Order: sequence, then C-alpha cells, then structure tokens
Amino acid sequence: MSETVIKCESVYKIFGQNAKKMLEESNGNVDAKTFQEKGCIVGVNNASFEVVKGEMLVVMGLSGSGKSTLLRCISRLTDATGGKIFIEGQDLLELNNKELIELRRNKMGMVFQSFALLPHKTVVENIAFPLQIKGTNTEESINRAMEMVKLVGLDGRENYFPRELSGGQQQRVGIARSLAVEPDIWFLDEPFSALDPLIRREMQDEFLRLQEKLQKTIMFITHDFDEALKLADRIAIMKDGIIEQLDTPANIVLNPATEYVRKFTEEVPREKVLIIEDVMDASIKNNLGDLKVSKDEIIENVAEKILTQENLVGVIDSNNNIVGSIKPSKIIDTVFGGRKNGS
Amino acid sequence: MEYLKKYPKLFQWLFLLIVFFALCFAIDVPETYKFIRGQAEFVKDPNQSVYFFLGKEVRYYAFDVFWRLPPLLGWLPIWINDSLFFLMNEWMPMEFWNEDTQEFKTRPLLLQISRNLTAFMTFLIELIREILLGGLETIVAFTSWDFIDAYPWLELPGLPWTIVAAGAAILSYKLSGKGLALFAGLTMIYISIFGQWKPSMQTLSFILVAAPLSFIFGLGLGIAAYKSKRVEKALYPILLVMQTMPQYAVLVPALVLFGVGDHAAVIITMVVAVPPMILLTILGLRAIPPEVIEAGRMSGCTNWQLMLKVLIPTARRDILIGVNQVIMVCFSMAVISAFIGAKGLGFNLLLALNQLNIGLALEAGLCISLIAILLDKMSLAWANKQTDYFGNLTFFQRNKNVIFFAASFLIGIILAYVGTFIFKGSFNYLFEIPHNKGISTADFWNKGVDWIFDTFFVYIKAFNTWLIQDVLQPMRALYLRMPAVATLVLAVGAGYLIGGIRSALVVAALTLFIALSPWWDRALVTLYMATFGVVISCLIGFTVGTLCFQNKKSAAFMLGVCDIFQTFPSFVYLIPVMMLFGITDTSVLIAVIVYATIPATRYTIEGLRSVPVGLHEAATMSGVNKIQRLTKIEFPLAFPHMMLGLNQTIVFALFMVIIGAFIGTEDLGQYILKALSDKNGAGIGLTLGICVAFIGLIFDNLIRTWVGKRKKHLGID
Repeated sequence: MSETVIKCESVYKIFGQNAKKMLEESNGNVDAKTFQEKGCIVGVNNASFEVVKGEMLVVMGLSGSGKSTLLRCISRLTDATGGKIFIEGQDLLELNNKELIELRRNKMGMVFQSFALLPHKTVVENIAFPLQIKGTNTEESINRAMEMVKLVGLDGRENYFPRELSGGQQQRVGIARSLAVEPDIWFLDEPFSALDPLIRREMQDEFLRLQEKLQKTIMFITHDFDEALKLADRIAIMKDGIIEQLDTPANIVLNPATEYVRKFTEEVPREKVLIIEDVMDASIKNNLGDLKVSKDEIIENVAEKILTQENLVGVIDSNNNIVGSIKPSKIIDTVFGGRKNGS
Repeated sequence: MEYLKKYPKLFQWLFLLIVFFALCFAIDVPETYKFIRGQAEFVKDPNQSVYFFLGKEVRYYAFDVFWRLPPLLGWLPIWINDSLFFLMNEWMPMEFWNEDTQEFKTRPLLLQISRNLTAFMTFLIELIREILLGGLETIVAFTSWDFIDAYPWLELPGLPWTIVAAGAAILSYKLSGKGLALFAGLTMIYISIFGQWKPSMQTLSFILVAAPLSFIFGLGLGIAAYKSKRVEKALYPILLVMQTMPQYAVLVPALVLFGVGDHAAVIITMVVAVPPMILLTILGLRAIPPEVIEAGRMSGCTNWQLMLKVLIPTARRDILIGVNQVIMVCFSMAVISAFIGAKGLGFNLLLALNQLNIGLALEAGLCISLIAILLDKMSLAWANKQTDYFGNLTFFQRNKNVIFFAASFLIGIILAYVGTFIFKGSFNYLFEIPHNKGISTADFWNKGVDWIFDTFFVYIKAFNTWLIQDVLQPMRALYLRMPAVATLVLAVGAGYLIGGIRSALVVAALTLFIALSPWWDRALVTLYMATFGVVISCLIGFTVGTLCFQNKKSAAFMLGVCDIFQTFPSFVYLIPVMMLFGITDTSVLIAVIVYATIPATRYTIEGLRSVPVGLHEAATMSGVNKIQRLTKIEFPLAFPHMMLGLNQTIVFALFMVIIGAFIGTEDLGQYILKALSDKNGAGIGLTLGICVAFIGLIFDNLIRTWVGKRKKHLGID
C-alpha cells in the first residue's frame, strides 16, 4: 500500500453561531434537520477517508451537497468545526498561520470553478504569481511560468489579459498557476463546470494527459457523474454533507450503496465504464476457448470479439497469465440486463 | 373603489398631499412674521423671547408652534463653539519641550497636537513648493536661520519652468503615451506663458500633498472598515454626513483648530476627500469574487500580500474612481480654501471674482481645470500601467525616460543660464515667467463681457427680471409659506410611504433637527433654490442623456464630457455665469443647473446602458418600435439607476447653492460665509453645515430606500 497523503477523520463543518457547541452536544450524531431548526447549516457531516499518493479522488455531488465545503476544509480555506485532517501526517488544524502558508506555498495547488484569475495581471504574471509570493526572483519565476504556459499549450498568449481569453483558455491559466510551484497535492474545484461540453471533454483529456505525466495526489470536485467516472481512481458521492459511498467507479456502478447513488448509475452505459476484470469469473480457469482478452480492457472495446465466441473466453493479466474467464452471455447481461434490477 | 384597490399607494400619496395642503391653508401666516427677521442673529430686541439652556442664552422670535418651531437647538452652535475653545485652550494642559526657547512650556494637549500636525503639513507643502519654485524654508527646518545666513548659497533656486514642463511630459509619456505627453507639455507651457506659473505651482504643491495623503488615509480606513464590522459601523454615520456636507461648512471649525494657511487647507481637504475614498474602497473590496481571495490564499499569501497583491489590485476599478474623486475634491478645495488663506490659483480666482475681473478669473479657472484634468488622467494611466518582461531591450531603451529627463534637466538649466544674458536687467523668462508678466487674455475677455453686456443688456435684463419676478419670487414665497408642521407631516409621511416606520423615523429626526435650529427659514430658501436647480437639471440631463443614448458613439462622447466637466472645481462654474448674468440669483441658479446636470446626464446614460441586451432583443422580436421600446422597456428598468442620479443631482445642486453664497444669496450658505469671518463662527458654521447635510440626507434616505425596493421588485441587482 502506498503512502497516505490526505487523511480525514470524522470531519464536520457546520455553519452558524454556536456551531461548535452544538456539535459537541450532539455526540457525533448530527442531524441536518434539527440543526437547521436551531439556525445552523450542516456543510460536511462526518466525512472520513484517505487519499494515497498519486491517487485521484473525485468528490461528486449536486449543488449544496457540501463537496466544495469539504474541499475547503481540507485546504483549510475554512476551518473544520470538528474532526481531524492530516496532510502527509501533519495535523492540518494544529498548524499555525505561518506553517499553513508554508504548506500552501510548497505542497498545495488549487484550481477554481470561476478560474479566479487576477484581472490586472497577464497570463504569465498570473502563473508566476504563487512563485513571486514565495519570494522567487522575477526572472526565475517568469521563466518557470513560461514553462507552464507551454505545458498547458498557451504559447503565444502569455501577454494576454484574462479578459482577452476564452473560458477554456482561462482555465488552462488557472491550471498552470496551480502547478507552478510543483505541488504534491492538487485540488480542483469543479474546474470544467463553467466550460462548453466540447471544450470540457477536451480539457478532461488534457487533464488526464497531465496527470499521467505528473502523478499528483488529487482531489477533484464535480457535479457531473460522467466526468467522475471518466477521471476517477475512486469516487466519493456526497449528499447533504454525508459521503453516501466511496469506491472505485466500477464498484459504484455495479453495487450502488444507496438508492440515491443508484439513481446516478442507472443511466450509465456500463460497457464504457467497466473493464473485463470487473465482470470476469475468477474461479473458472479451465475449458477455455482460443480467444484471450486482457483484464484491463474496457468491455466496449472487446464486446464484439467476445460475443462471436461460443466457448468461455480466457482473461489474462499483463504477464499473459490466465486469471479468470468470461462467458459471452455475461457481456449481454452486463450491457442490457441489470439496469432495472441491479446486478 | 376599484382604483383604490388597484393602486393603494397612489391613494395614500394623494391623501398625504391633501393633508399637507389642508394644513397649509389652515395655518395662517402670523402678522408679526417677516422673512429673515434675524432669527439667527443674536441681536437683542425687546420683541424677542429668551430661554437659557446649559448656561447659554438663546434669543429668538416666537411664533405659533404650528407655523415655526422655536429654535430649541439654538444653544448648539454656541455650545460647540465654547467646547472647541475649551478643548483648544484649556483642556489637558501638559509640559512640552520647546525647540526655539530650549525650555519646557505648558500647553493644552490639543493645541500642541494641532501645532505639530500643522508644522508637519507646512513642511511637506514647503518641500514640494520649494522644489518647484525655490526657497529656503525646508533647509531652515533642518538647520536654522543662522545657518542659512552663513551659507546663503544653500537656498533652493527652484526648477526652471522648462524642466518641470519637460518632466511632466516625460512622466505622462511613460505612464500613458504620446497623447497625454502632448497634453501635459502644452498645459505646462500654457500656464507658464500666461504668467500663471507661480500660483499654479503653489496650487500643485498643495494638491501633491493633499491628494496622496487623502488617498492613503482613505484606503487605509476603507481597508480597516472592510476587515472589521465595528470600524465600519463607527465610520458609517460620519461618512454619510460628510458626503452631503457642503465644503464651505468644514472650513470654519478648521480655522479654530488649525489656524489660517495652506496647512489648514490640506487638513480640511483631507477631511472632505477621505470619506468618498473610504466608501469606494469598501465597495470595491466587497465586490471581489470569493474565489479570487481563495486563490490568493492557496497561493500562500500572507495577509499583507493578500491585501497588497490580490485584494487592492482586484478592486482597482472602484479604488480608481475613489482616486478620481479625491483629485476632484482636492481641486475644488484648492479654490475654496483660499477663504482660509491658502495661496495659489484659488486665491487669484477669488480675488478676481471679487473685483469682478472676469478675464483674470477665467484664466486662473482655466489653469486650475487644466491641471485637474492632467492629474486625473495621469493617475488613471498610472493605475493601468503594465510591465513588459519579454521585450529584449537595450540599456538605452530601458532607461530612455530617465535619460530624456536628465537631458531636459541639463538643457533647462543651460537655457535658464543663457536667459540671464538675454534678459539682462529684466525677468528671466527662460527661468520663470512672473505672475501678470506673461501674455494675458484678461482684457480680451473683459472686453468680451462688456460687449455682451452692451449688446444684449436689454435681453439679459428682461430675462433676468422675468425669471426673478415671475418664477423665483413666487416660488420662494410658496416655500416660505409652508407652516413647519405641514412640512414635517409631508416629509414624515413620504418617509413612511416609501420605507415604512424606519424611514419615517429617520426623516423625522433629520427634519426636526433643521426645524429646531435657528435657520429654518434659510433652509427653506436653500431648498427652493436647490429644487429649482434640480428640476431643470433633471429635465435637461434626462433629455440629453436619452438622446445621446440612441447612438453608442454619442453616449460615450457624452460620458467623456461629463468626466471632464466633473473635474472642474465647482467654483469655476461661477465664472461664466457671472460673465453673463452679473451678481444675481439667476447666476447662482444657472451655475447650479449646469453643475447638477452632469450627474443627471451621466446616470441617465448609465441607467439606460445597464438594461440587459437580452431584453432589447426580446422587445425587438415583439415588434416594438423605438419609442415603445424606450417607454415600455428601457425607462422602467433604467429608472432605479436614474433615481440614484437624482440623488447625486440633489447633492451637487445643494453644493452649488451653498457656494453661490459667494455671489450673494439669502440661504444657509450666506451664513456659512458670514461665519467664516466671525470669531465665534465655528459652531455656527458647523451647525449650518449639518443642516445642509441633513437636507441632502433626507432625500438620500428616501431615494435609496425606494431604489432598493424597486430593484428588488424588478429583480435587478
């Protein structure tokens, strides 16, 4: 198991006066309704999870579900009302202001939904901003910023002002800025939500390409379930401040934990999400036909091939060892069956 | 009954008006009542009633309480005055070290503070003044008079005007470009050639101290208010009153506290210029999107870095408007503070106006307006400047401005030196063109004025007589005919109908203060002049604004014109009207109208502009024509913003009415002007100022409340 980077232990965020006192009195049994009657709004309710190095955790929820609040607790833009948050083993809530600033200057980067670029600075100045705040000299920070400009493909526009760029370009600047200090932890708060669908898809691919290269530890917030499925290593689905389910995309699609989660998964084209490993039978490794497929293939890509077979199809890992098998009828089951009655 | 149900508000208003007029007719004018029987003057007269309060004797003419309320607040000015004197001369005496006499001396604390502050301001002003004009006060401040006697060559010679002109042009070029540089150069050359150099530089040195100090204090206090609710709550009422307080009124207490001269003028300018700066700073900081602040935090900003590198630059737009306001107020005060002994163009302007030398006044006014426009544009350009990191520049290119300045510095000195040979025995025109020794167009203008008078005298006179006899006098009489109770009922009723109990109480308190002061009659006269000005201004501004709005270019042009006119110091407006109409109420009213039309026009255009494009398109697709679109879509939606313009128009009109006292009117301003030359004037001046401010605030409160409700109703903002 690789190293844990972010760790939350029953984190609460409650807005309103006396929030702290009410939380203590409730003994961890926070009910949003009773709190609301007393003038408090529950933002995050008992969130516990870990994110390991290089992992991308996508927090998905509709507006008002507390996903952004959770992110702000972990970046300590707001102070959590209760619970503990550890960043690489350091207790975040115990840090004093100076240590917090050090942490942000060196370890964290964040991308915002509305881009949050500084209107008075050019593209390159915006990207160099975190470096200059750190005290890097002008020449070095501008050079580094130019590297970032190239990384996100904005060469030639470095002297533009944010207002002169399209939404997609502005968010590239936002991404470049958040990466300028080479942070280990990368927070993205609905980075693509304000973009057109086509641009959004393009940016998602670009983002995956970047992550392939950079291997950051990521918390990604979105309200788009498809986006979550496409990007995530694991997905946390939030509702009313509570994490309803936290699992890999495949498990969420195959085994939704609650009725709420099921509603999201119902319309999902499984063949596009699941890989062979998710549906294979690991117990049967004999009597296989000629065709072998890799366990990491997405079902959609191999479905046609498998469906032409009459025998069991063998499933192999990257070393060509047989790890299981799959019946052609199982593919039909996965794609067409199970949507209504679950699997 | 149908209508009653449909428009309940309308009937409430009608009812209010009926009550008002019923009261007006029911209460007769007392036989003893004559306007301006000197309610405010403390002349003893056996007909007067007397009461004592807090040991102060207040004399007044008693009337029926329904007609005029007794001046129960008559003690306030006397009390303020006594308190000020007590604070300055007796409160907290302490031992202070005296540099000159080398011994301790007992002095009241406040007096000492005021002296120190004064000395500091004087030093700053003198420093800049001596760089521009030469002198030795600054060096004396560091050394002593004996020292300067021993080394007379230490006296600063002052910069030749050529260098200052070149410097201004080069700075403008660096900040903005060729256009502004040309303007700066021409302005400076104009000032010099027309012999206004010395007073202009005196005014400039005053501005260069007052404006930055006001900016820093305003920004600082604005940030403090943004950070702390408590500071904001403490500041807010003061800001509100200061916004509508006429600039004249603050002069009088300043006289008592800081004495006469440029330093007092700077301090008083700060008092006037800081409040709008604070308000705009708060406004700008509040409007910053929260994500931008979070982005700053996540970049690892300390609190200072966040403020200086993220918050202030992001709020730049509003802060810039603040800077613009500061500069505007500074120039306005540069003229007005000539009343308390500030030197410079303002003093010349007042002197010329006093002597009815319109030509001279025009020249001084033009100079001050040109400098105002120049500084305004320069500050704007400064805030919008950006750096180029990638230009591969040579040493010369990078430092060309410094090199050019150094070169022009040398050339300027050489020219000035050469000048000593050319102009032997007379003034060295290449060093400084003395006052009144340049080209003067004063005669030309004066002749022009005479010509206008000779040619059009009959018409002007006829117009004047008609306006005064048939419009102004009856209107004034009507205002004075209002019984105090009727006015109160009208004001409070309007407050209640617009904003409910809260507004009614606020309006009642403000109106009562004025009614209980000794100057109710004067306040009515002020109100009548302001009303007349506002009505005409609004008609003009509204029409011009609507017409200009029909075309994008003309709208932009008009806004530019408004910008420039707004930069003129308010006093300058008196010059042309005095040219045409001489010393009459008409002059004041026309100045009021011209001045107050600026915000009326600006807000009309801005309001119409703010109507969303989507609605335009929706309207066009519904097949409306231009006029229908204006009346059905644009006016209703732009109306709230236009009402805010009305608010500004009222404030502007009040300001100008008060300033008009200089020409001679019978309103509150006249008393403020009187208080200036009165030893005990501080209390009177301040109370009068508050009265004027309250008139403004009554309308401010009503209009803002209405606009707030209306905007909510329309779902804009």
